Parts: sequence; structure tokens; C-alpha cells
Amino acid sequence: MKAKIYVTLKRGVLDPQGKAIRASLSHLGIDGVEDVRVGKFMEVTLKEVGVDEARRLLDEACRRLLANTVIEEYRIEIGG
Amino acid sequence: MKTAVLVFPGSNCDHDAYHALKHVVGVEAEFVWHKQATLDGFDAVVIPGGFTYGDYLRSGAMAKLSPVMGAVRRFAEGGGPVIGICNGFQILLEADLLPGAMIVNDSLRFVCDYVHLRACTDRTPFTRGIPDGSVLRIPVAHYQGNYYADESTLSSLEERGQVVFRYCDPEGEVTKESNPNGSARNIAGICNEAGNVLGMMPHPERCAEEAMGSADGRRLFDAMVAWLGEKRG
Amino acid sequence: MKEKPVTPELAREHGLSAEEYGTVLGILGRTPSLTELGIFSVMWSEHCSYKSSRIHLKKFPTKGARVLQGPGENAGIVDIGDGLAVVFKMESHNHPSFIEPYQGAATGVGGILRDVFTMGARPIASLNSLRFGRPDHPRTRYLVSGVVSGIAGYGNCIGVPTVGGEVSFDECYDGNILVNAFTLGVVRHERIWLGTAAGVGNPVIYVGSKTGRDGIHGATMASGEFDEKSEEKRPTVQVGAPFTEKLLLEACLELMRTDAIVGIQDMGAAGLTSSSFEMASRGGTGFLMDLDRVPQREEGMTPYELMLSESQERMLIVAKKGREDEVREIFEKWDLDVSVIGEVAGDGIGRVRWHGKTVAEIPIAALTDKAPLYDRPAVRPEGQDALQGLDPAGLPVPSDLGETWVRLLSGSELADKKWVYRQYDHMIRTNTLILPGSDAAVLRVKGTRKGIALSVDCNSRYCYLDPFVGGMIAVCEGARNVACSGAEPIGLSDCLNFGNPEKPEVMWQFRSAIEGMAKACETLGIPVVSGNVSFYNETMGRGIHPTPAVAMVGLLEDASKRRVQWFSTDGDLILLAGADRLGVHLGGSLYLKEVHGKVAGTPPPIDLAHEKRLLEFLREAAEADLVASAHDLAEGGFACALAESCVSGPGSAMGARVINPFPETIRPDFAMFSECQGVVLLSCAPAKRDALLDLARRFRITMRELGVVGGEFVDVEGLARVGAAELRTVWSEGFASTLGLEG
Repeated sequence: MKAKIYVTLKRGVLDPQGKAIRASLSHLGIDGVEDVRVGKFMEVTLKEVGVDEARRLLDEACRRLLANTVIEEYRIEIGG
Repeated sequence: MKTAVLVFPGSNCDHDAYHALKHVVGVEAEFVWHKQATLDGFDAVVIPGGFTYGDYLRSGAMAKLSPVMGAVRRFAEGGGPVIGICNGFQILLEADLLPGAMIVNDSLRFVCDYVHLRACTDRTPFTRGIPDGSVLRIPVAHYQGNYYADESTLSSLEERGQVVFRYCDPEGEVTKESNPNGSARNIAGICNEAGNVLGMMPHPERCAEEAMGSADGRRLFDAMVAWLGEKRG
Repeated sequence: MKEKPVTPELAREHGLSAEEYGTVLGILGRTPSLTELGIFSVMWSEHCSYKSSRIHLKKFPTKGARVLQGPGENAGIVDIGDGLAVVFKMESHNHPSFIEPYQGAATGVGGILRDVFTMGARPIASLNSLRFGRPDHPRTRYLVSGVVSGIAGYGNCIGVPTVGGEVSFDECYDGNILVNAFTLGVVRHERIWLGTAAGVGNPVIYVGSKTGRDGIHGATMASGEFDEKSEEKRPTVQVGAPFTEKLLLEACLELMRTDAIVGIQDMGAAGLTSSSFEMASRGGTGFLMDLDRVPQREEGMTPYELMLSESQERMLIVAKKGREDEVREIFEKWDLDVSVIGEVAGDGIGRVRWHGKTVAEIPIAALTDKAPLYDRPAVRPEGQDALQGLDPAGLPVPSDLGETWVRLLSGSELADKKWVYRQYDHMIRTNTLILPGSDAAVLRVKGTRKGIALSVDCNSRYCYLDPFVGGMIAVCEGARNVACSGAEPIGLSDCLNFGNPEKPEVMWQFRSAIEGMAKACETLGIPVVSGNVSFYNETMGRGIHPTPAVAMVGLLEDASKRRVQWFSTDGDLILLAGADRLGVHLGGSLYLKEVHGKVAGTPPPIDLAHEKRLLEFLREAAEADLVASAHDLAEGGFACALAESCVSGPGSAMGARVINPFPETIRPDFAMFSECQGVVLLSCAPAKRDALLDLARRFRITMRELGVVGGEFVDVEGLARVGAAELRTVWSEGFASTLGLEG
């Protein structure tokens, strides 16, 4: 079973990388981009477990390691 | 009197901390491998700088899981002095021994340079005898030294005297220009509520001798020795 | 699995000429397997075999009382006394850095670090020499940012300070940037390890990262020019993992404290192939390797891929039979792959097996002895005389000399490089006594009173105009830089960056530069103990200036005697050492190029006997505490050396008031900006003046008193005067503003 985890900076936390990227896009002539936030994407391959169990253990993984909940939030997508 | 210098995979400044403690200040020091789960017999703990686990995932994120961190937690709860320098500070933050988090420098570049720090409290073992307003010249070397905490945490830190160092100009003025990384409120170092655990981004072990260009860093280690000496009484 | 059949066409695609392929057939007595073809093609590539350069490299003096190891091993080793030695080398990573600047530069740093610690030395400092195209070329900013980040990313993570270097820009590098990385380590004599496979039956052990498909044919990429198809070569750039290398470094140093091993070598260019064949060649032995035992990151790797992969962070170890477990334990502690993949054989054959079959069987001595050796034709370019023609009188005089002075100081060549070195951790390991910004970096050697001085230099314009003189100057400037810091030059490593050696003009440049360098080295008594050749730095047929970068290593017996290049005290006297060497020399000067848009003329003349006395004088002057600062004249001439002495220190700018050292009849701009060799700007406390002049007389160095440190201006009487603070500001901001970088 595969899962996708998206870890992003919380609203309100300054994202200097996102700001710099937005500026670079503008220099490239790609206008119309209002904001960019940079995060992390992880692809996790799980051993055979039920969807509920998968969600539970990935949630624990995020809280304890994969995301720093002081500054980051996470979203889990099972399957796909 | 014996200091533990922790060594994780990727620690770099362990040798520098050991040298400063043992050969400059003259305190017994020992390397402690991260897999060791006890810190019995040690009077102080130094978590040195470096790139533990390559800074993978987040700086300090993986080091916090090492067995030795459990011992550090117990040691800290017992009131022993703990100093986390640079990556060591990041590890303390990730391990929840100090509040807040580090994000990337606002310049998006690594910065290695001397900065000035204003001492803000003398209640930690490492700032004992360093009065408020003292200006110290100590170098930084980091890519993720931009300290962040939400507004209520920051206010709480201020109120409880947990801000230990702020970036300042040579005269001690806390200014935007003197901030090398964008840290909230120019914060360079903080301590826990009890005041025995200090985390700081600048490197005092790099300036403990005049030959290095500044000996201000030595004051933190001398303070620690004096504090321990008094405790033994 | 059936391998592709080997044909002469396939051999040519692999970079082997018809003649070289003929030699292969002669050695094997049959058609090679695909794997064997791969092995020959990388071992006989320019990068690995030095086939076009070996014949000339022999001209370097490589021996000396202090030399413990000259060229031929992974790095050179020079004794520094007290049972200690320094291990160092410089290497290029030019082509990969142009294609992928961050990873190209990063893996260049990784590679040279391994070359040093494989000899048993913990690396204590790195330097680099970087060349980019025009500052306003569309790609330059991107390349500068990428390369500097890459060097920082790798060096900082592994914890070795980057303490110095040079950054230079010229149109000739538009399509071919140069990234030369240097590392130095310290080792005890009895703890030196060599890359030798000895002892029949001893196990051959692979340690480090798993092998993937990275960089296959990286060695051949370095042996060919760029053309329109260069973008396609992208997959051949390796990705570095400095954390893994840090673990590898610690594990290797831990292993080297035991006596469980016989030889060790890193897997660099041509990976497993070069390390195994070179170690066996040095040991006069052979080996049997089973590729099935190689830790692999990808599925279905062929023996060809396994032998040629340039995956980073891997080492090959020959251990003592029976000690395999000790090796295994150490590498497992550091979470690294470790696998016994073969053993040393006594028959001089390199045998490789895979899936039960022998896929390569090559006599090692023949592979080395019959490696192509070329004496390529060298012809002085027809246009060289015209190039050397220069009539300075015809140059227009600048209307405002002060403005010209500011312009040179704030330009990309002379401006403060702090934008660059602030990104490098240059303090870690608490050994850096003189931080970046002076003529040479100086490090302490803990446990002794000694200091090591380091600098890296090359004036490529001089080498373009006259490669022989340019080569001499490259060596002399490096030696002078370390002598200015108070050190005695004890050895050098070089990176010889040139165009296509199949062109007779390039070969002439190469041969001449080496001959010039060799002459200087012989006279000054400085051995060349290691180095690297990078050919084919050409794009669309247009080559770079000859750029023989020289990394000079100096020794201070007492590190407390070190000197910096900047003035420190108001009231100190300013003197010129070597004043008789002053003359009007504009050939190849920065002034001629930046202000008049010309690269022409001949480099300034150089007197090697004078240089030798000057080096000794500088060292004794520092030793006897007679000078406060020393800074040699280089690009920008007297006026820029003076300005640099005023503004480059860590505090605020110092002022200076001096007389014009040239006769009044000399045109003002020529006096300010002529470039001379063998002239040094000194400052000293007034009380030391007499003793300093006495010492200079003893060494037959002509001294001239010029003036005094102090005041708010940098003032050359009768010529120009600029505010010191203003000069410092433009010098500090010049680099970022010229390149359009964020400050």
C-alpha cells in the first residue's frame, strides 16, 4: 500500500524560500503568481495493513518525526 | 568535575568543544557516543554543533531519537547544566527541551561570521556573572539559525527571563542590521524555565582563546565551572 | 546475458583511437569483452592516464629533503617536523560544474577530501580556485551561486573549514568554468597509508555507499570538449552526499588506528576500475573480484556499469587476511556498507567475475606500461608576436585617476570576496589563525607551535601572453603569498587547466607553462608533490587561457610570528621591498584589460634569484618581529596593493600617505597600476625601521621608504587621493554589485 504525505509550513510562519522563488518566477517573466510556499513531499510504502491502521500509524509518524508541529502541518493521502 | 561532549553521526564541533573545555579551560571532558543511554558521573552536558544525520528531514530531527537524549532529559530534569550549541540547540528544540523551532536563514545562505551578542540574563549556569547588557563577540556558522516561535511563546519567554542572548551591534544595541539570520526578536539563545538548559546558535567554543580572534566564548565555560563549584559548595 | 559485440567503431565511441585499440588487441591477444573495453577506455582516458601530459610533467622537480611522497599516489606528503607531515592535493572538477554547478562543485570537494584521508590524514583545511566567464554573461550569476553553494554545502557538512581561494572572471571562461579544489590534512609519519594492494590472498573490501549508475563515463566526459550535445551529458553528473562522506571519514580514520589493513584507496574517477587496477599496479600484484558481491543501489546493473560507475563516497581496502571482521565491525558501527569483494592475486592479472563468468581478465603491468604516451606536437601560435605587441604610449590617459582607482578596486577581480567566503564555514576545528581575506590563510597545528600557510593563485592573462613566464610567475606569486604571512614554502600542488591538447598551440602553452613552473620550482627549492591536469577546456573550438593554478603550502615554525596583509596601526611606516624591481609594465595588467579593454603585451619580468632572496627576507623579517604587515604587488599594481593594505583588515579602513615610488616623468596611470613582480609593500613600527633596513641589506633587497599609515585618506602624493572609508565601501560592495548578486 502506498501513502503520500505533504508537510507544509504553517500559515504565519515566514517562508523565505517561497518568497525568493516567487521573485525568481517573476524575473523569468512568469507573472500572475501571487504566492509560493515550499514544503516536503514523502512517498511511503506500507506493509499490508488496513486503511484505518495505516492512517493511525502515519499520523503518529508525522507527529513524532516527519513534521515539526511547532512550525509545520501535515496531510496524509492513503492509496493512489 | 566532568563534562560530557555528545557525539552523534555527523557531529563536527565535538572536537572543538572538547579542546576548549579540556585544554583551554582545564575541565575534564569526555566524548559520549549517542547510543549510550546514561550520563552518570557527568556534571555538565555539551551538545556540540555539526550536521547530525546530514540535517536530513530537519536539523536535529533524527538526533533527538538517539538513546543518549533520554539521559539528557533526565539530567536536565535533575537541574544539571546543559548547553546546546548550533546544531545542539536545534536538537534541544526538536526534543522539546526548549520551546520554538529553527527555520532557514532569511538570506537563504549559510553564514559564517563574527557577531555581537547582548547578554540578557545571568541566571543560567553559563551566564552566571555575565551581567545584563554585556556585549560578547562570538562567531556564528549556520544555514538554519532563524529562530521561530509564535507570539504567545515569545512573550512568555520574555516575561520569564528565558531569552539569554540577542544579536546586537558592537555597542549593544539590538538592531535589524546586527541580526545575521532573521531570528524573531533577534534571539540568539534561550533557556528553559528552570534556567539550567541553554540553547544558542553562536559558537562559544570557537572563541575561547585570543589566538582565535576573541576569547569571549571562554566566559560561558568559566561561568559553568564557577556555578558547578558553588553547587558542590 | 549477451553483451554488445566489441568493434573498432565501439572502441572509437569509447574514446580509444584506432592505434590505442590496436594496442588493446595486442595486449589481450583477442577482442576485448565490453567490460574490458570499458576498463581500457577509462584507464587510458586523458583524465586517468595523463597520456598527453605525462611526458611534460616529468620536468617538475618532485623530490626534496622534506618530501615523503611525490606524485603517483592519491596525494603528496611533505614532512613538517616533530614526526608530523602534511598531505595535500588539488583537483579539478570543471566539466561537471559547468553542467550542474552545485553538484559538480560539491562532488569535486568530496573527491579531493577522500584523496587526502585515504592516506591516513584528517583533512584540516580546504581552498579553491574558481574561474567564471564575464560578470555580465547571462549564465555567470547562476554558476557563481551554484558553485559557491555546492562547495559550502559539502565542505560545511563534512566539517572541514574552507579557508581561502581565488575567484576570477574572464570572457575565455564563458563556456568553460574552472573549479579547482584543494585539501590539506595532517598525519603522523607512522600513520601514513598508501594505495597498494599487497599480500597474495589478502581480502579486497568495498566500503561506503552502494553503487548506482552515476557518472558512468565521467572520466571520458572530462576528456572531451563541450559541443551542442553537452546538455545530453547531464545524467553523468554525480550527486554528492557529504553526510555519508563524514561517516566514511570517521570510519576510515578509526580503522587506520588499527593495523588491520595493508592498503586503501578512494574510488574517484573511473570508480572501482581505477582503484583496483591502480592499487594492484603499485603492489605489483593482481586481483580477483566478484561483482555480485558489490553493494548495489539499482537493479540489473551490468558488470560494465559496476566497473565504471562513479557513485560517490566509496573506498577500496586491502586488509590483512583474517582481519575482515574488524573492518566489518567498524563500518557497520558507522552505518556504511561493507563487503569483501575479492582478494589479491599473485599473477599480475586483474580478473573480474560476474554471475559465475569471467568478464574481464587483463594483465595489469601491460595496462599501465602500454598506456598511451603522447608527445603531441607543440607549435607557438602564429599570432603570439602580435599579441605581445603593446605600445603603452598610445593608451589614452584617464581623466580622473582616483575614479579609475575606485573602479579597479570595486571590480570583480579585486573587490572583497566576503560574499563568497561568508558562505563557507572557515572557523570549524578552531585552527584558523588567519581567516580568509589575507594573502595566505594560516592554520595552527595543535600540539605544536607550528603554523601552516596556504594560498592558491594563477594569473591566466600572463600565461596567455607568455606561458613560460606566466608559469614562473604562478609559482613565485604563491611562494610570495605564503612568505608574506611569515612562512617558508615547502611544497605545491597544481591544477593545470588547458584547452584541447590535440591542438599544437595548446600543447605549446602547456609545455611552456610547465617548463616555466619547473624552472621557478628548481630555483626556489619548492617540490611539486601532487597535482592534476584538466584538458579539453574548450567550447565550440574556443579554449580558455592557459590556467596553471598553483596551491602553495608554507610552514611557520612558530605560528605566533604570522603576518597579515593589512595595516594595523596609525604611525606605522610604509616601505617597499624590492623597489629596484619597479618598472613600467602594463602587459597583461588588470588596468589594461578593465580600463582599456585589451589583453596584450608581455608579463612583467621576473628575476628568480631576487625572488628567492625576497622569500627568505620576508620570513626572517616576520620571525624577528620587524614587520607589522606584508602584501605583495600583484593585479592592479602599487596603488591597488596600497589600497588593499588600507581597507582589507577586519576593523575600519586605515589611511595612508605615501610618495609616488616612480620617477615623476612616468605617466601617472602607469605609476599607479603597472604590475611588477618581486615587490612587496611592508609596514613596520617606527622603532623597528633600522633593524628592518639592516636585514634587507643582508639579503640584498632594495628598500624604499614611502610614507606612513594614518589619516582619513589613501594618498599617493602627486597622483591621487581617495577617502579611506569610501574606498572600503566600494571594495566591500563591489563583488555583489558587479555580479548582480544579493549582498
